[in-house]
Amino acid sequence: MTKPALDNHTALSAAQVAELRHYYYQMVLMRRFEERTNEMYVKAKIGGYCHLNLGEEATIVGLMAALKPEDYIFTNYREHGYILARGVAPGPIMAELFGRETGVSGGRGGSMHLFDVSKGFMGGYAIVGGQVPLAVGAAYALRYQEQPGVVVAQMGDASTNIGAFYESLNLAKLWKCPVLFFIVNNGYGMGSTVEMGSSEPDLWKKGASFRVHGEQVDGTDVLAVRDAVRRLRDHAEATGEPAILDVVSFRFRGHSVIDADRYRDAEEVRQGREQHDPLRHYATWLQDHALADDAWFATLAEQVEREVQEAIDFANAGPDPKIEDIFTYMYASPVPNTPGPEAARRLL
Amino acid sequence: MTTITYRQALNSTLGEELERDPKVLLMGEEIGIFQGSYRITEGLLQRFGPKRVVDAPIAEEGFVGVAIGAAMLGLRPVVEIMTINFILVAIDQVVNHASKIHYMFGGQVRVPLVIRTPSGGTGQLAATHSQSFENWFAYCPGLKVVAPATPYDAKGLLRAAIRDDDPVIFIESLALYDTKGEVPDEDFVVPIGVAEVKRAGHDVTVVAYSRMTAVALQVAQRLAEEGISVEVVDLRSLRPLDRPTIIASVKKTNRAVVIAEDWYSYGVTAELAATIQEDAFDYLDAPVQRVAGLEVPLPYAKDLSAAAKPSAQSLINAIHRVLHGTRNNHG
Ligand SMILES: Cc1ncc(C[n+]2csc(CCOP(=O)(O)OP(=O)(O)O)c2C)c(N)n1
Ligand SMILES: [Mg+2]
Repeated sequence: MTKPALDNHTALSAAQVAELRHYYYQMVLMRRFEERTNEMYVKAKIGGYCHLNLGEEATIVGLMAALKPEDYIFTNYREHGYILARGVAPGPIMAELFGRETGVSGGRGGSMHLFDVSKGFMGGYAIVGGQVPLAVGAAYALRYQEQPGVVVAQMGDASTNIGAFYESLNLAKLWKCPVLFFIVNNGYGMGSTVEMGSSEPDLWKKGASFRVHGEQVDGTDVLAVRDAVRRLRDHAEATGEPAILDVVSFRFRGHSVIDADRYRDAEEVRQGREQHDPLRHYATWLQDHALADDAWFATLAEQVEREVQEAIDFANAGPDPKIEDIFTYMYASPVPNTPGPEAARRLL
Repeated sequence: MTTITYRQALNSTLGEELERDPKVLLMGEEIGIFQGSYRITEGLLQRFGPKRVVDAPIAEEGFVGVAIGAAMLGLRPVVEIMTINFILVAIDQVVNHASKIHYMFGGQVRVPLVIRTPSGGTGQLAATHSQSFENWFAYCPGLKVVAPATPYDAKGLLRAAIRDDDPVIFIESLALYDTKGEVPDEDFVVPIGVAEVKRAGHDVTVVAYSRMTAVALQVAQRLAEEGISVEVVDLRSLRPLDRPTIIASVKKTNRAVVIAEDWYSYGVTAELAATIQEDAFDYLDAPVQRVAGLEVPLPYAKDLSAAAKPSAQSLINAIHRVLHGTRNNHG
């Protein structure tokens, strides 16, 4: 996609400049949030599985920049960055990683199960492919109720090998569900390359037998991702046609925090980080277009440092969910003969 | 009161709920043009159109997931799975998704979904088409599982299930579809999670659900003629399980037989027997007797097929076993 004509950047309005800078802010926030998350994990503040978005910042910010408030997002378990870039405050996100009552899922979900219905962020899901039919269902509901908006089904490259994806492609096309299948192609599913798992390694082609349009975009380029999503999103909303976007990005670290990443060649990783660092790319671009200078970058770095520290402080301060509340949220409609506060108190 | 079949109870309730709430829609294989594999949805496509009665392709995992996602945005889908055997390809969506979404995300969204499906064996359908898996779902917190035995309960529980904000697995039975019973004409619901004493008695309690409740009621009638008074507790819901009603009955009769169509080991009867020994041990005059399916893939041949499933006779034998001690003492 073509980038905004910036040869004469005085043509950009103040709002446009602010927006372009905001993308960078979000990318840096995500980077620092994830780096500090890693640190908190090592300090045992965070438990369970924990997957980071390091290297995928442009992919995520580009996606969110193109979405509208009426859109919904379903993701996999590698989703800290998505909920952040959707505009949820970092504090409650970190609090969820810490398992606090003040977390976005009340401490019931953890790193892999972040949720904020008020932002249309409909959850991180940890069963590979499980979120994909749900996203089609959400799009089905939009269409049924004649509401505007589209639904993003975010998933990894390796998740394109599971059956739920193909049933979803078929149903979305058949039932005219405005879904964007957003494939984060970071080259690996845990330790397996795309080629090891997919007989068709061009992932954007995987909709072919369902007549679902697909294309590929450079996930290191925030503006390219934004523009591709915007186009496919608007088309899906207008026509009910689903589409696939294969977003090529680079996973900076192991599959999860505890993965030592031994199966990847050290040189491959070093080069990947150097060549596919979305922050470096975009910083250069901003500088080349005289949209930011050293002072601005320095101020931003300080601000982000502070915000992430505040998120950690918020998470630390939050109370743990009470044992008495272990059965809270079990059922939305109360039902007899099911354990409640009484049974919970007996656990104390 | 009107006398209708179990099938009519389901069909009319689906129609009434579609009428009542525009957010209710039906989804499933062959439910529209074909009128339903067992004609439960007969006439509904004609009445409500393809937006409300949706013929789905053979993609259970896909369309169950779609129904869950749609429910998260406020629709109230009622999914038909042709028979419970086919739900296995969708079990990830039911167990890892529908049952967890409300709790795991801190109560932010509800999943008002009903999955209707017949369970159990009848008519030599053989190993892959005769299974009972309701215990797999009853095992899973976050789901509600109901299994009505009569047209009255079928109507009242289906209404309750559709109006409930949680995922409900609604277990039907091919063998019950043509059975008849009285059903009130006015709007009523049968509460989820509440069992019912379908027949009062004082010698022995039989705990059953779905088709086995019908078997238990026939047996109770027959044994009454022999002077044995059988109390029949119909569970109606498997999750939540109404333990107080079971225990109250056993404390009264001091003897219990539990019966279910599923396999013996790890089946529903194991849960029932455990519940009774936990909460009524001191009241028992004899060990709890269990009647359940033989642990084989259900064979096709007629006699083998019949022998593998619990029957009226196997229930009568169990009742005699549980009464044995007392009778000898008295004799
Ligand atoms: C059904 C299922 N099988 C296996 C797993 C274990 N698992 C978790 S993530 C993962 C790899 C997925 O890779 P990909 O889809 O490329 O996403 P990425 O982690 O690269 O973001 C596997 C095998 C799982 N969670 N669910
Ligand atoms: Mg991957």
